[in-house]
Amino acid sequence: MAQPPETRREQITDALPSFGIADPDSNIAWYMLIFPKIALMAAVLILPFLGSVYISLHEWAPLATSHPFVGLENYARLLSDSVFHSALINTATYSLALILIDVPIALGLAILLDMNLRGTRIYSASIFLPVVTSWVVVSLIWTWLYNPDYGMINAFLNVFGIAGLDWLNSRDTSLAAIIIMSIWKHVGFNMVIFLAGLKGIPDSYYEAATVDGAGRWERFRYVTLPLLKPTSFFVIVVTLIFSFRLFTQVFVMTGGGPVNSSISIVYYFWQQGFQEFNMGYASAIAVVLFVIVFAFSIIQQRSWGGDVDY
Amino acid sequence: MGELRIQNLTKVFNDDTGQIVAVDDFSLNTEDGEFVVFVGPSGCGKSTTLRCIAGLETVTEGRIFLDNEDITTQPPTGRDIAMVFQNYALYPHMTAGENMAFGLKMSTNMPRAEIEQQVNETATMMGIEELLDKRPGELSGGQQQRVALGRAIVREPEVFLMDEPLSNLDAKLRTQMRTELQNLQHELDITTIYVTHDQTEAMTMGDRIVILDGGELQQVGTPLKCYHEPANQFVAGFIGSPSMNFFSMSYENSVLQHDAFRYELSQSVRQNLGTLTGDVVLGIRPEAIERADNGGERTVVAPVSVVEPMGDVTHVYFDVDDETYTMSQEGDLVTEVGSQMELRFPEEKIHLFDATTGDAIKTGSVSTRVETTQPTDGSDTGRP
Repeated sequence: MAQPPETRREQITDALPSFGIADPDSNIAWYMLIFPKIALMAAVLILPFLGSVYISLHEWAPLATSHPFVGLENYARLLSDSVFHSALINTATYSLALILIDVPIALGLAILLDMNLRGTRIYSASIFLPVVTSWVVVSLIWTWLYNPDYGMINAFLNVFGIAGLDWLNSRDTSLAAIIIMSIWKHVGFNMVIFLAGLKGIPDSYYEAATVDGAGRWERFRYVTLPLLKPTSFFVIVVTLIFSFRLFTQVFVMTGGGPVNSSISIVYYFWQQGFQEFNMGYASAIAVVLFVIVFAFSIIQQRSWGGDVDY
Repeated sequence: MGELRIQNLTKVFNDDTGQIVAVDDFSLNTEDGEFVVFVGPSGCGKSTTLRCIAGLETVTEGRIFLDNEDITTQPPTGRDIAMVFQNYALYPHMTAGENMAFGLKMSTNMPRAEIEQQVNETATMMGIEELLDKRPGELSGGQQQRVALGRAIVREPEVFLMDEPLSNLDAKLRTQMRTELQNLQHELDITTIYVTHDQTEAMTMGDRIVILDGGELQQVGTPLKCYHEPANQFVAGFIGSPSMNFFSMSYENSVLQHDAFRYELSQSVRQNLGTLTGDVVLGIRPEAIERADNGGERTVVAPVSVVEPMGDVTHVYFDVDDETYTMSQEGDLVTEVGSQMELRFPEEKIHLFDATTGDAIKTGSVSTRVETTQPTDGSDTGRP
């Protein structure tokens, strides 16, 4: 017969240590346990965000003595700001490119490395090395690689008789150049996560599928992909959030140009906040960015996340 | 048809430390519909042999034939074999029905409706039709086990391979599933190779058991044959619970001499041993040891160290020359710990093994009895 909840609760409470700070009957010990995490979250995430929302409703220059309340004016301004629109489109393009190109490449590399072929360790280290290298350093190196006159990329293209491009100084190629470089740097991160996901799939599923008559493609289609769903969900969400933070590459390589062709939301936010000192407007941009990322996470969680708990 | 023939199978694994011979020159012929159990301790090569038959491991040397067709180099998909795995290996993202249908979908061109019908028929036979829409995560261990069996059965293969399929179940369910599996195999009449490390499973389930150790075949035979006439000391010690007792003896002048007792052999046994002299091992099963109360030859006096009453039988542990041995006696016989027992080893029940090679020199003689049953419906038995 099931015990009444009260008895079970008493048993559980008695079995747990009281940490010497409170009566076992009180819940203070529980709050104390989660307090550091709540405090940290509040200090670095919740309070700054609420601050941003507050500032975004004001005209706010850093050294000004008064910050007049302007309501939703900053948000209304965003609707008609063509630079913000460019930043939004560029960031969305960058995100889409990463999800459509980076994620499949990372999965492909992880599958190759999971085959335990000769030299796997060297390959995995080589692919992961850019991940642990500074974005600034990588951006500088790729700026040289993209140089139209003495850059190695154009030199390589010339070998095949392809005319070199003015990668970072052309409106047509500046964002693409940043995307290529970012995929090169970031793909190792997703690859490692996919690799961990692949290693977590027991061999017995593949063996069962093999005995069931499934070939290599069928095993990938019916075993690997479905069982990698939780990993893929994580990779896509993390890549999406990461991609919306596009800043350093733009800052070092193009400065958002030419003619805002590579400007990103975060870069525009930085420009408005720390170059133009329009903190109110910059905060509005930050809040919109938060809402976009949060909305994507919720949509993905709703449409995909509920089915990954096996 | 499902005649499986394994000829001189050898499987060698290479690793950083060198070569590991997992299976060494293993040969076996099975008949159609036979239930063969591979049994042995961990690392003896039984699972590797099974995986070689399934095609999940490449064969280093030797050939495997199924119905006289050489399948040694065929991929698993090309062999008409189904396998049940130790952890069931049910695809967690598919329902039980989809799991069962997967093999048919992959290996045949059957229309979807026909696959569904076959899955339903098998599920009905297995009593799992109400589980077909559930995912493995929603099933108990026993239910998962049934679905895994159903997945193998639905393909109607020539051979079933089962790799310790009951080891994840609790003791009671294991006993129940053991019986169900036997009935199912008998009903389907499909050749089955069953791997286990549990000698009780081997003894109770197999038409024949194959005992392996260190990658080498030790003995093939019916369970009773292996129990009563073990080919060597390993088989004698592995089959039977509690294990056979072994006494290190020296054989000289027609007498087996132990540090604690001497055992004189009869004329007929001495004749069979011929000119044998030197070290031998005397083996006797716990239930073959008898209580004696008047001394004499072939007896030993030993103190009781532990008593384990099991109900129907009591295991009594006794010490001889600092070694502990076991005897089994009737459950209603009470023995005190610390008391002295006088024990007799009947000559017809003792086994002798070569101390160096472990090969059997003499096995216990057994007369098996076949029970005949009378018709209970009062019909004519044909007798006058």
